[in-house]
Amino acid sequence: MATVIPVAKPLSVNPLKVSSRVGAALAFLGLARCMPLEHGVRGCAAFTKLFFMRHFREPIALQTTAVDEVATIVGSDENVIEALHTIIERSQPELIGLTASALSEFQGTDMRQTLSDFRRRYPGQSQVAVIPVFDFEGIDGLEGGYARAVEAIIDTLVPETLAAGSRPAQVNILASSLLTPGDIDNLKSWVSDFGLQATVLPDLADSLDGHLLDEGFQPLTYGGASRAAIEQMGKAVATIVLGSSLWPAADLLKARTGVPDFRFNSLMGVAACDELTGLLARLSKRPVSDRLRRQRSRLLDAMVDCQFYTAGASVSVAGEPDTLFAMQPFLAESGIAIDRMIAATPARSLAESGRSNITVGDLDDLRSSLMAGKSDLILANSHALGLSNELSVPLLRVGFPQHDFIGAHAKVWIGYDGTRQTLFDVSNLLAQFRRQNQPYHSIYKSNASGTFGKSDLDSHRGNAQ
Amino acid sequence: MGLTDIYALRDEPACTHNNKAKAGCERPQPGATQGGCCFDGARNALLPICDVAHIVHGPISCTGTSWDTRGSRSSGSDLYRIGLTTALTDVELMMGTGEARLANAIDHAIVQFRPAAVFIYMTCVPAMSGADVDSVATAATERTGIPVIAIHSAGFYGKKNFGQRIAGDALLQHVIGTREPDPLPLASIRPAIRVHDINLIGEWNVGGEFWNVAPLFDELGLRILCTLSGDSCFRDVQSMHRSEANIVVCSKAMLNLANKLQERYATPFFEGSFYGITETSNVFRNIARLIGDPALIERTERLIAREERTAYEALAAARERLRGKRALIFSGGFKSWSTVSAVQDLGMQVVATGIEKSTEEDKARIVELIGQGANMLDDNDQQALLRTFRDLRADILLAGDRYIYPALKARIPFLDLDHVRDIGYAGYVGAVEFGRRIVSVLEHPVWELARATAPWELPLNMPKTRAA
Repeated sequence: MATVIPVAKPLSVNPLKVSSRVGAALAFLGLARCMPLEHGVRGCAAFTKLFFMRHFREPIALQTTAVDEVATIVGSDENVIEALHTIIERSQPELIGLTASALSEFQGTDMRQTLSDFRRRYPGQSQVAVIPVFDFEGIDGLEGGYARAVEAIIDTLVPETLAAGSRPAQVNILASSLLTPGDIDNLKSWVSDFGLQATVLPDLADSLDGHLLDEGFQPLTYGGASRAAIEQMGKAVATIVLGSSLWPAADLLKARTGVPDFRFNSLMGVAACDELTGLLARLSKRPVSDRLRRQRSRLLDAMVDCQFYTAGASVSVAGEPDTLFAMQPFLAESGIAIDRMIAATPARSLAESGRSNITVGDLDDLRSSLMAGKSDLILANSHALGLSNELSVPLLRVGFPQHDFIGAHAKVWIGYDGTRQTLFDVSNLLAQFRRQNQPYHSIYKSNASGTFGKSDLDSHRGNAQ
Repeated sequence: MGLTDIYALRDEPACTHNNKAKAGCERPQPGATQGGCCFDGARNALLPICDVAHIVHGPISCTGTSWDTRGSRSSGSDLYRIGLTTALTDVELMMGTGEARLANAIDHAIVQFRPAAVFIYMTCVPAMSGADVDSVATAATERTGIPVIAIHSAGFYGKKNFGQRIAGDALLQHVIGTREPDPLPLASIRPAIRVHDINLIGEWNVGGEFWNVAPLFDELGLRILCTLSGDSCFRDVQSMHRSEANIVVCSKAMLNLANKLQERYATPFFEGSFYGITETSNVFRNIARLIGDPALIERTERLIAREERTAYEALAAARERLRGKRALIFSGGFKSWSTVSAVQDLGMQVVATGIEKSTEEDKARIVELIGQGANMLDDNDQQALLRTFRDLRADILLAGDRYIYPALKARIPFLDLDHVRDIGYAGYVGAVEFGRRIVSVLEHPVWELARATAPWELPLNMPKTRAA
């Protein structure tokens, strides 16, 4: 029975939730030669762009249909057609990801009708695939919108085929928004260790990993899963799905292609990683490489070493549902109790988890959880920094956005080595903020003779560095 | 301090059980020796005196890797955490300018840090070259007006424990008795309570653990003139001669000092430990009896009853989970028996305990606690210890930090008892923390994972992954 505690309050205070439209844009940013296009007022796209620009420290390919007051009243279908035409003319993308906004949905835009109008009017631009995503500003957040976009990409680009397994060395990976570009890179080399090749959808590691191009700036995405590769996904021997938000997309891919899929909630922790390693060994019929064996034994050694810091510690986690679930096996194996989980949205996976300590809420709910004083660590996005400082509970930044933290995109959380680094990060924070015995001053001591105070030491240390 | 002084220090008459001649000073076996030197011990013993500039006179090798590695905490100055050394090089040694450099170093430290005193730790190389640090210290004291004291702790004199004895002796010669205690602060005076002055010797305030018990001393009306040396100031050490009774907390290292204080000032002492509920209560009970104030004895019994009740209540859940679990303790000196008692308080069984650095007195206490068949280990070889752990089917190893990583590599649950830890186990509050930590270590999920074979290595490995 579902035991998720819904928060019935009229005001969202310091929200965790991000519009699903933003998540959809992120999915499109993992496609090569793509331009995400938001149908809405220019501000919607501007906020999305800044949100990801600050997080990834990269230019973000994103356009808007720039609905104005006239279009708001008389209809904005023309804005969509004009925007598509203009983008194709100026930037020659292979793909355009078209997302609705609250405004356009409320307006009642018929996106399918508009798209066919566009095709009729500009037959010369039919080579460019337009991937529409509907139903926005509902219950979904970032991860839900992202998942819906992945589903739309499959729906638009993957043909119905009966060629499953015809490329025995190819595996598909459906990668949830919880994965960083660093994670995806790690996943790719994990797969290639077994002589397999991965088609990752979406492939943020190829677009938003932060690399300089010879061409300098360009308006489209800097890389990502190519249209050609996506169209060939039906030939793979297996699909690995990471993140339960992507299960509807996985259902669609399997229905289209018959490629068997293997679904993971997490690749953090020994057991979770072992599952994937075992699967890849079976798929490839190859032994586990020395590199992976060594990584595994390094992780175990680190877990043994770090247990003095992790044992008995407890955390509050706030984020997208997939992130919460990805963290769980890692935290459990590390002996860290989960004090409370705050989910940005009420995903189906939450209800299925049967956990009693999940709240759907915002950072103010995280605050209430922290005020209870049990948590030794916060796992949340950068917005939790204020809480962290106020309540002196250390913060490990996870999820979106991490605007004050350099390298969030490159951090590797998953895999044996990613888990190990995460464990180190967690342990260092726990050690640094460990609650120490407070000095006791005896009633019989008249005055301390200390002529050299703590502040002197601090300044001395500063000089020494 | 000359060689005769060093030899005199090696004579230890304080243990009633010590029938062995000079048991503490056996020659180390080249190729099979673990543990620190005399310098390490002397500095460890004195370093927590917080407002002293602790200058190590020697090459960088003595200090470079070892400064600010002690877990002792201070409620006052943090000067003791600053690593200071003359860092002698071959040039100074060849040119014979080491003493001049030391004199400069002392002046520099006094100007920069305004210490209450300066301690100079002699190390092997300047000792071998015959540097006269006593003269340098005397001259510096006259020049600056700040007490500058040389500690003759060249590493080759002996092992760590002997260094602690040298440290105690230096305090006795140069510091203790040089100041009278302050009058009691007016605010502290409670009409019904007659205040008695005491010292704690060999209490290091590791991880601030003494702060777990310090308020109880205040409550009983026991003024601690000095805790040697955890959370102490130089001026505290100066007034140690005025105590009515001394508690020796780390038995072997500082026993010599307690003995000399008894000789010189007729201060009685006893050995006690704040590890475990039973031992903590014993300390309070013994100090009250030794002082012999009936009102104090009565207050003490009330306090013990209250604190024990609270602690055992807090420990109930942990005791339930730890019942019958087997602990192997490998720790030195007084901890070899005090830890036994603390572990027994948790309802656990002690299958063996180490007796490294333990006196005959310590060993007698072990027998008292475990019984005549007590399994005592004196082989400090790490591999031998791990073998013993397996042979005795122990569940957890409690030992010093030297053994952490060998134990962990062998996938053995481990709890650190050493002085670098930052968790305090002293007193009633500490006993509860100790129990909680042992539960965490034993029940940590990593042990099962670390001992299991990788699933792909298992025959007939059925895919657990949900294939949809």
